Amino acid sequence: MNEQKVIEVDSLVKKFGSFVANNNLTFDVYKGEIFGFLGANGAGKTTAIRILCGLSRPSSGKVKVAGIDAAHNPEEIKKRIGYMSQRFSLYEDLTVSENIELYGGIYGMRMKEIRTRTPELLSRLNFTGYADTLIRSLPLGLRQKLAFAVAVFHEPEIVFLDEPTSGVDPITRRQFWEMIYETAGNGITVFVTTHYMDEAEYCDRVTIMNEGRIVALDTPAALRQKYGTASVEELFVKITRPKKESV
Amino acid sequence: MRKLLFLLKKEFRQIRRNPFMARAIIMVPLLQMLILVPAITFEIKRVDLAVTDNDHTPASRELIARLTGSSFFSVSDTPRSYAEAEELLLAGDAEIVLIIPEGFSAGFRGVTRPQLQVLADAVNATNAQLAWSYLSSVVRDYNRDIILSGGNAPSSVPGITASPRFWYNPTLNYKYYMLPGVLVILITAIGLLMAGLNLVREKEIGTIEQINVTPVMKWQLIASKVIPFFIIGLLDLALGLIVGWIAFDIPFEGSLFLFFGCAAIFLIAVLGLALFFSTMASTQQQFLFVAFFFVMIFVLMSGIFTPSESMPQWAQQFNHVNPVAHLMKINRMVMLKGSGFGDIAASIAALSLLAISFIALAITAYRKRA
Repeated sequence: MNEQKVIEVDSLVKKFGSFVANNNLTFDVYKGEIFGFLGANGAGKTTAIRILCGLSRPSSGKVKVAGIDAAHNPEEIKKRIGYMSQRFSLYEDLTVSENIELYGGIYGMRMKEIRTRTPELLSRLNFTGYADTLIRSLPLGLRQKLAFAVAVFHEPEIVFLDEPTSGVDPITRRQFWEMIYETAGNGITVFVTTHYMDEAEYCDRVTIMNEGRIVALDTPAALRQKYGTASVEELFVKITRPKKESV
Repeated sequence: MRKLLFLLKKEFRQIRRNPFMARAIIMVPLLQMLILVPAITFEIKRVDLAVTDNDHTPASRELIARLTGSSFFSVSDTPRSYAEAEELLLAGDAEIVLIIPEGFSAGFRGVTRPQLQVLADAVNATNAQLAWSYLSSVVRDYNRDIILSGGNAPSSVPGITASPRFWYNPTLNYKYYMLPGVLVILITAIGLLMAGLNLVREKEIGTIEQINVTPVMKWQLIASKVIPFFIIGLLDLALGLIVGWIAFDIPFEGSLFLFFGCAAIFLIAVLGLALFFSTMASTQQQFLFVAFFFVMIFVLMSGIFTPSESMPQWAQQFNHVNPVAHLMKINRMVMLKGSGFGDIAASIAALSLLAISFIALAITAYRKRA
């Protein structure tokens, strides 16, 4: 694996009043890897991803994305990343190609480039007939795939996916992960959060978060071995539950 | 700059695809002009007058005839007692009561001094005062005629005669006065509500977050929300003006260019304010409440109904930052008086300052990062 760090996080803390959403997170992400962020709902995954994307300010700690300080220069980071949020965020009253055009344009692509690459993208997604369909009339699975394609259309260095597969059927989820692999294969680093434990197996490395802290970070295989479990799901239950029982 | 064009394309596509927007853009100016302009009037007509005639003489009947001879009063009732008259005032069936006492006309012959009693419902003070002054002028004329018809009076009474010329609105048509004001209300409503709601709606749906994570600059985003509604506002102003011409034959004395120029500056100010409010609000409901509150204050204090010069000093001070007050004044001056740039330069300067400040406020207050 490439050893170039694209994300460096050191002692990141994010507080909302007295509530600590991210408690002292430290991790690095390397270029071209698929980095999974796992945790139950409310574990602090979305908070962390929003800080990395420059949507939220860290309370303390050092955060560097694509070599740029997230606390002081978030706008510079935004030029180099793609982001797909948990809430569906394409414009429902625009068509597929209009959404692609809009985001391509915002990221500084030329109209000519957008025009030539849009059909390419659509055919890759098997979306050719949908160019002029309003997003509103697409099923959720297709929308999520399109949202992901739009997030990487401008060829960012890193793409952040916040629970991209929640609410999506198993077949679409599978296709979605194929897209993630393809993206990583093109050298784009993928940072993905999920609460589906089976998806962790698809990641190069996974971080397990619990109540705002990182409780485990390694490759899925190494983690299974370390905790002696057959799957990451079992592992997750094992390392997050005892804590609660001891309280 | 190119990014702004992509954003603008998106806004116009969304507006075009929203059937409500098309309807609102056409119907709001039509309805506002056709309903508000003729409905809002200060002209007082057909004041309900109740008369108790306890005299029953040709003289008392002559007085009543003179009062009802104009369209100002209409006799609504003839109560037989004081108590009955008061009942009419309480129920709102009469606004003014005239009581002609017994022996009223006997007074003309010098037996007693002739007297009349008038009771006016002064809940609406302006109305009561106008009714009273009209009634007293009728009585005064009647008085003079009685004196002149008396044998020992001179054939004419010397006195001062003032003859008025009503400039700028010679027929004293209230529609001419109200129409420029209704146009201001029209573009205030469009400017303040449409753009603001648009931005808060994006917050509610969550699409704004996707925009915030892109390298779009704050001024580009604000401009992409200002420009479409700026154009819609000017279009609606033109539409309202055309309706005014066709339906009410409104005079337009001044320069159209100046008129639209001032409205353009005004729209920028109002749109800036709207986007500032929507930046602060997190739901459409919050935004609507704040916007409604300000629209009401701005419009009521603007001098549309009551001359702002008669307001207390502090209210006039407030009107310096009230864009509606500035345009209200400008519109009436340009449309009715034909005032030129020099006459309204101070108001234009004030509006421009507000426009720059409100837009700057919207851009600074906008947060791409929570």
